[in-house]
Amino acid sequence: MRKISFRDALREALREEMHRDSSVFLLGEDIGRYWGGAFKVTDGLAQEFGDERVRDTPISESAIIGAGVGAAITGMRPVAEIMFGDLTALAMDQIANQAAKMCYMFGGQAKCPLVIRTPFGAGVNIASHHSQSFEAWFMHVPGLHVAVPSTPYDAKGLLKTAIRGNNPVFFCEHKLLYPVEGEVPEEDYTIPFGVADIKRRGEDVTIVATLSMVHKALNAAEELAKESISVEVIDPRTLTPLDKQTIVASVKKTGRLIIVSEDCKTAGVSAEIAAVVAEEAVDYLDAPIKRVTEPDTPIPFSPTLERYVIPDEKTIIKAIREVI
Amino acid sequence: MTLNLDKDRFAEMYQKMLEIRLFEEKIFELYAQNLVPGTIHLYAGEEAVAVGVCSSLRKDDYITSTHRGHGHCIAKGADLKRTMAEILGKKTGYCKGKGGSMHIADFNVGMLGATAVVGAGLPIAVGAGLSIQLRKTDQVVVCFFGEGASNQGTFHESINMASVWRLPVVFVCENNLYAMGTRQSRVMNITDVANRAAAYGIPGEIVDGNDVLAVHEIIGKAVERARKGEGPTLVECKTYRHKGHSRVDPAKYRPKEEVEEWLGKDPIKNFRTYLLAAHFMTEMEIQQIEQNVSIKIEEAVKFALESPFPLAEEALEDVYAQMGGK
Repeated sequence: MRKISFRDALREALREEMHRDSSVFLLGEDIGRYWGGAFKVTDGLAQEFGDERVRDTPISESAIIGAGVGAAITGMRPVAEIMFGDLTALAMDQIANQAAKMCYMFGGQAKCPLVIRTPFGAGVNIASHHSQSFEAWFMHVPGLHVAVPSTPYDAKGLLKTAIRGNNPVFFCEHKLLYPVEGEVPEEDYTIPFGVADIKRRGEDVTIVATLSMVHKALNAAEELAKESISVEVIDPRTLTPLDKQTIVASVKKTGRLIIVSEDCKTAGVSAEIAAVVAEEAVDYLDAPIKRVTEPDTPIPFSPTLERYVIPDEKTIIKAIREVI
Repeated sequence: MTLNLDKDRFAEMYQKMLEIRLFEEKIFELYAQNLVPGTIHLYAGEEAVAVGVCSSLRKDDYITSTHRGHGHCIAKGADLKRTMAEILGKKTGYCKGKGGSMHIADFNVGMLGATAVVGAGLPIAVGAGLSIQLRKTDQVVVCFFGEGASNQGTFHESINMASVWRLPVVFVCENNLYAMGTRQSRVMNITDVANRAAAYGIPGEIVDGNDVLAVHEIIGKAVERARKGEGPTLVECKTYRHKGHSRVDPAKYRPKEEVEEWLGKDPIKNFRTYLLAAHFMTEMEIQQIEQNVSIKIEEAVKFALESPFPLAEEALEDVYAQMGGK
C-alpha cells in the first residue's frame, strides 16, 4: 500500500469530503492560499476550492468557532482550524457552552456538525502557549466527540467520520505527527468513533496510549520484546466516545495497565481511563495502575526542561518494569 | 410616515406587542404562584424592538436571541403554547423541557435559539450569515443583544468578521441602560453603542426603541441592505425594561423618576394612541385584538399547565444528534 504523511492524509480527507459535499467548508487563521495553514494541512486547498470555501479569518478564535456553530446549525458542515490547541481557551464558551449544548438544550431541534481541528503537544521548543495538551478538557463536555488519531490511516478515516457526522467533533492533532508517514489506502473509507485499535498485541501488560505517545509506547514495546516481555498497545482513537470494552478486555487478559498520555496527570485523560478500569476490572489487576504523563507543570521552553516533562520510551519502559 | 404598511400589518404588530406584554405579565403571575421553575428575565417594556424588527423579516430569515428572549420568540412567530410550556419545564415545550426560559428555540420559524451567555449569540449570528452567503440564498440574520454584551470581546470579533465578509447580519442592540444592576455610564464612556460601528466600517443607527414604527423602518433599511449583499448594520434601539433584571429583582438601583419617565413612554400605549389618532384603527377594532390576545394567553397557560413534565430519564436523551445523514 502507498505511504503518505499524517499531514497529507488529513488534507486528502478534507479534499475528498469537500468534493463529495458542497456544504463542507474550512475556516481558520492563515489556512488559505497565502500560507496553507501553520502546519500546511490545508496547503493548496484554497487554490482548488476557492477562497470562499477555504477561508482565512481574522485572529478571532471565539468568532471562528461561533461562526462554525452558526453555519453548522443552518445546514453547513464547517471544519474550523484553531492554529494551536492552546488557543482553544479563547473559544471555550463557543465550544463548551454553545456547540456542545445546541442539540441538548434545544431539545434535539438543532444539530451542529462542526469539526474543530487543532494541534496539541510539545516537542518543538515553543513553550507554554504553543505546546499544551488539553484534550481532557473536551472529554469533560457532554455533547462533544473527541478524536485523537495517531497514524495517517486513522487521521484520514476519523476526519471523514467527523465531517460526515451530525455532532461537534473536537479533532486533536499532535504537531510531531504531521510528517510521520504510514499506509493509507487510495479508496474511500471511514473509521467509526468509539472503536479502539490494538496497535500491537501482547500478553503481559496493557498500555493505553494516545496521539504521539502511541508511537513511543510501540517503541518501548519493541524494546522489551527483546526481553520476552509482551506488551499490548491500545490506541483508543477517540476519547469520547471511549471504547471501554476493548480496554477492559485487554486488562482482563494481561492484569496490568499503564496509561501513557502527554496531558497533565491530574484529572487528565489517564485519570479517566484508570477510573474506567478501576470500576470495571479492578479484580483482574495484578499490579497497581500506572500513569505516565506530563507532571502537572506548564510546558517549559528549554529543550532540557521540555524533554524532562514529556513522557518518552525510557519513562514508559521504567513504568512497565515496575508493574511486571 | 414613509412606511408602506396597511391596516392589517398595523393590527398584526399591535397584536404581537400585546401578546408579548400579556405573556410576560402572565409569566410574572405564574412565577409568584411557584409554577415557573428557576428564573425569568421579562421583556415587558421592550416589545417595540422585537416586533419592529421581526415585522421586517421573512419566515425563513433567522434570529439569535438572549436570556431576555421570550419577546424575540413570540415576535418571530413561535407558538405561545409551546413557549409557555417550555418556560414551565413541560415535555410539550419547544425544547422538551431541557432549555427553559433562557434557551427557547424554534428552528421552524428561523429562531435559532437563545443563549444565556452574554455576547455569545453574536458569533453564532455571523455563522448563520456566512452559511447564507455560502448557500447563496437571500436570507438575513438578526442578532439581538444588550448594551452589556457590547463590552464582550465577541461583539468586536463578530462585527469585524461580518463587516469584512459583508455578511447579511443586522446587529440589534437593545440598550435598556442596565446590564443587570450596572448602569451603562458606570462601565462605558460612550452613550451610544451605535458609535462603535464606525470602528468596523459599517453603518451604525440609533432609533427610539419604544417606537415600533421607527424600529420597523430603520430595520427594514438594514435588512434590505443585507439582502442586497451590502453587508451588516448595527442598530441601537434605546429602550427600557419595565421589571427588574430577573425574577424578584425590585430594581432599586434605578431612580424612581427615570422609571416613571420610561413607563410614560410605554411602547404599546403609544402605538395604541397613534393607531387611533391616525385613524388606522377604531377603538372597537383594537378592543377586539385585546380580547383575542387575552384568550390566546389563557389558552397557552391552560395548555402549559395541563401538559405533563418530561419523564425523568429523558434527561439522558438528545446529548448527541443521530449520526449519519445530511
